[in-house]
Amino acid sequence: MTEQFPILIIIAPLFGAILIALLGFRHQSLCLPTVLGSLAISCAAAVGTFLKVLEQGTVLYNLSGWERVTTPRGLFSVSIEYRVDAISGLVLVAIAAVGLLNAIYSKVHVVTETPNKVPHYYILYLLLVAGLAGMTITNDAFNLYVLIEISSLSSYALIAIGSRRAVLASFNYVIMGTIGASFYLLGVGYLYIKTGTLNMTDIHAALATLPKDSPSVQVALILILIGLWIKMAFFPLHGWLPNAYAYSPTATSTLMGPLVTQVMIYIMIRMMLSLFGAEYVFDHLQWTNIVVGLSVIAIVAGSLFALSRSDLRKMLTYLIVAEVGYMVGGAWLANSMGMTGAIYHILSDAMMTFTLFMVIGIIITRTGKTELTAFQGLFRKMPITMTGFTIAALSMIGLPPTCGFFSKYYLVRGGIEAGQWAYVGALLFSSLINAVIFFRLIEMAYFHGGKAYGEEITDKDHEHHHSRGRELDAQPDETLEQVPWSMLAPMLMAAASLLAIGIFNRPIAGWINAALETLNLAQGG
Amino acid sequence: MDVFLDFLIAKFNYWIYVILMMIGLFAMIAKNNLIKKLVGMCIFQTAIILFYVSIGVKEDARIPILTGHEVPHGGHYHTEDHERPYIDAKTVTNPIPHVLMLTAIVVGVSTLGMALAIAQKVHLHYDSLEEDEILAKLQLGNND
Repeated sequence: MTEQFPILIIIAPLFGAILIALLGFRHQSLCLPTVLGSLAISCAAAVGTFLKVLEQGTVLYNLSGWERVTTPRGLFSVSIEYRVDAISGLVLVAIAAVGLLNAIYSKVHVVTETPNKVPHYYILYLLLVAGLAGMTITNDAFNLYVLIEISSLSSYALIAIGSRRAVLASFNYVIMGTIGASFYLLGVGYLYIKTGTLNMTDIHAALATLPKDSPSVQVALILILIGLWIKMAFFPLHGWLPNAYAYSPTATSTLMGPLVTQVMIYIMIRMMLSLFGAEYVFDHLQWTNIVVGLSVIAIVAGSLFALSRSDLRKMLTYLIVAEVGYMVGGAWLANSMGMTGAIYHILSDAMMTFTLFMVIGIIITRTGKTELTAFQGLFRKMPITMTGFTIAALSMIGLPPTCGFFSKYYLVRGGIEAGQWAYVGALLFSSLINAVIFFRLIEMAYFHGGKAYGEEITDKDHEHHHSRGRELDAQPDETLEQVPWSMLAPMLMAAASLLAIGIFNRPIAGWINAALETLNLAQGG
Repeated sequence: MDVFLDFLIAKFNYWIYVILMMIGLFAMIAKNNLIKKLVGMCIFQTAIILFYVSIGVKEDARIPILTGHEVPHGGHYHTEDHERPYIDAKTVTNPIPHVLMLTAIVVGVSTLGMALAIAQKVHLHYDSLEEDEILAKLQLGNND
């Protein structure tokens, strides 16, 4: 049974989607239980696989039982192969957990925001989770392309199901996403010409025998990187992301915000380390300075854009753009400390954005405002929600013991080791901007708009919402907090996971480091 | 000139693929009409399919299907069987890129279907498929 765990992670949501397609249209009440059931199986299988990886090392799984065959040139894989090491195991657990928690959270949102499309929504939801998990687990370069497209196609629809603006944002995402995926496919084509195989392990072995300055391999790397950068919204290529996430239905942004870009970053790291190999990407090509320079621009620009936005979800989307810069930069620092930081940050960033998107979803539905001013006086009215928000905000700023502190610690140490001072500076600058953004919100929520301080608001902007604030004040304090537990519980669990990931940072970084050691990444310091 | 022509003809289909890809990319980025963007997307994806199909082709090679007398008894080739060695890979075209492209065509069709459905919704909401008109309408909406 346990040897079938890797495939169960993908199969469970896939069959769940088929089940909803068959039954969900007639019995709408079956949709959510099916989603929860299949994602619970997927989550359990992911945890099981991860524990197995910790126990006995990398787990390989051949689809339909085709073993590797012996040829004169060595062992060759003939089937699609799934491969789970400690790093992808962690990412898989994060995907399945976020998918499951967000399914609980989506219960109210889906029914209120897309009332006559509940089964459609959940089918796409499960396909998206299956696609993301498949991308993480597969060891086949072409299979990865297909899974990228599965998850992209479902995410286009999940965005377009939303408001009027979301449709246009989704169209732009289709165009950009297709360019990205097609570039990736082209890159795989060049690798196939040079190596004659699609299995990533075999490609890596075959590339080692080729002359190092083959232009085709370089072109392949460039095409794959550009394709993935478009998909992960790396700064100059981020155009599709803010509108797509800001106007999509709440449950879509809570799923895509934490997962899509982060999984793409994992894929990039996978490509760099296990497909092209660290010695080729870092030692032979010497592109570190260029890419880290780009990531510095991404971090600074993303933070400044976030600071200038007054719409809550728009602000968050630009924070994601900045976080992508953190991770790309960390991965390209060319030392194991930076790489550990980047991979650790994939986890912590997924949980941070997840918590923040959920909190903001709750606030927008309860107050009806999408502006920053929605936070006025919220500590009195929604203490539980704001507790979650505060933890996530402290993590975004990078204060211990939240996970945001430790990922920044690893990234900064990696930057210092590599001597990339601009990157270290950009990280600190971005933390500062995050502090400004989030302390402003916390201050607003704590001091303004409450009964004792209500009269002190003289700002014109605040005046605008004053009547509204009064109206809310007139109600009993509990009314705003009357958020169903299906929304609060996942949010609190995600917030707790921020603390948990932070407190257990040593074992997590240890697992990541142990996995990196097998990938020949230069050990710094 | 002759050298250049040889260079051009030797990699004929790769040149076509690059040109088609650039046409598609240009249309996707620069065209104003949403449907024209999608036409560009189609050309772009087809160019990649042409590229992959070109990978598998070999000179003087036949299709990768064995005729009756080539298949040994039991349908299995054995390495010890020196009378019947493996089929020489040079004599058959490589089927794998072609098979991959079957999947890519399916992906392309579904992307196009998805994109057309979204374009239809755009038309429903904005009453136009021209990007500048839609953006102008959005600007108006913001000022209200």
